[in-house]
Amino acid sequence: MAPVGPRSGDAIFASGERVNAELFTLTYGAIVRQLLTDLEEVDEVNKQLDQMGYNIGIRLVDEFLAKSNVSRCVDFKETTDVIAKVGFKMFLGVSASVTNWDADGTCCSIMLDDNPLVDFVELPDTCQGLYYCNILSGVIRGALEMVSMKADVTWARDMLRGDDAFELQVKLIKQVPEEYPYKDDE
Amino acid sequence: MAAIYSLYIINKSGGLIFYKDYGSAGRMDTNDSLRVASLWHSMHAISQQLSPTVGCSGIELLEADTFDLHCFQSLTGTKFFVVCEPGTQHMEGLLKFIYELYTDYVLKNPFYEMEMPIRCELFDINLTQAVQKDRVALLGR
Repeated sequence: MAPVGPRSGDAIFASGERVNAELFTLTYGAIVRQLLTDLEEVDEVNKQLDQMGYNIGIRLVDEFLAKSNVSRCVDFKETTDVIAKVGFKMFLGVSASVTNWDADGTCCSIMLDDNPLVDFVELPDTCQGLYYCNILSGVIRGALEMVSMKADVTWARDMLRGDDAFELQVKLIKQVPEEYPYKDDE
Repeated sequence: MAAIYSLYIINKSGGLIFYKDYGSAGRMDTNDSLRVASLWHSMHAISQQLSPTVGCSGIELLEADTFDLHCFQSLTGTKFFVVCEPGTQHMEGLLKFIYELYTDYVLKNPFYEMEMPIRCELFDINLTQAVQKDRVALLGR
């Protein structure tokens, strides 16, 4: 088999199985609603969504790598670029772009052009502190951790909270070396 | 004629999480398969360190008189390897395909715990199909 090059996010999105976008949006809404009922505190819901995202991310990253055929990224810049251009396209069918790099290249923003999670959503007054899409930041955090990058992912701007865009801030904390011996017991 | 003797999947810490025998040649008991897995994990790591070039990702193919061992390591550290008849072709493609099956039928199974032995029926079924298809392709040539 000849080596195959990286596939575009569009191609993978088109070839994979998909569900109806409304079903997806409504299902996610139902999850958030249930969490609000169960946990009562908005902060707890934010935490729980992030944790759920993390659990998804650590598994999702393998599917991403297997189906996109991307090779090892040389630096964090390339990594975020691949997440925005290929990752978001592949799993959510939306495109995203990377901006706002800081001077030492460890912190940037991923701007979502479109966000299918929020199609029918208006935040009520009681939920003003809610990061409705916090699951996405968890997914990215989990996925990055599996390729040995510890990162902090937070929502910088959220249209549901009255901002003018969806902006995820990704901050690289440290790159864990993959070389042996792993220092598990530290 | 069995082209593929056996298939192994080892997690990032070197534990054997999946082992399957195909055909009678090279059949091993559980202890032996565990031994092969952890040996290979270590050899793979050592080869990375010994390599004169930087950025080496470890042994991909081991050729012996009686078998070939093809190995594929994902960027997340999971290793997939097959032991097959010497000169068997297209093993890289098969391993990549098995990786895809692993992401679909193992990782997406909510009851599968990461890094633990794989006991997923859907994975077994699809894997058997993939390996059979591969055998048919081999016989057809």
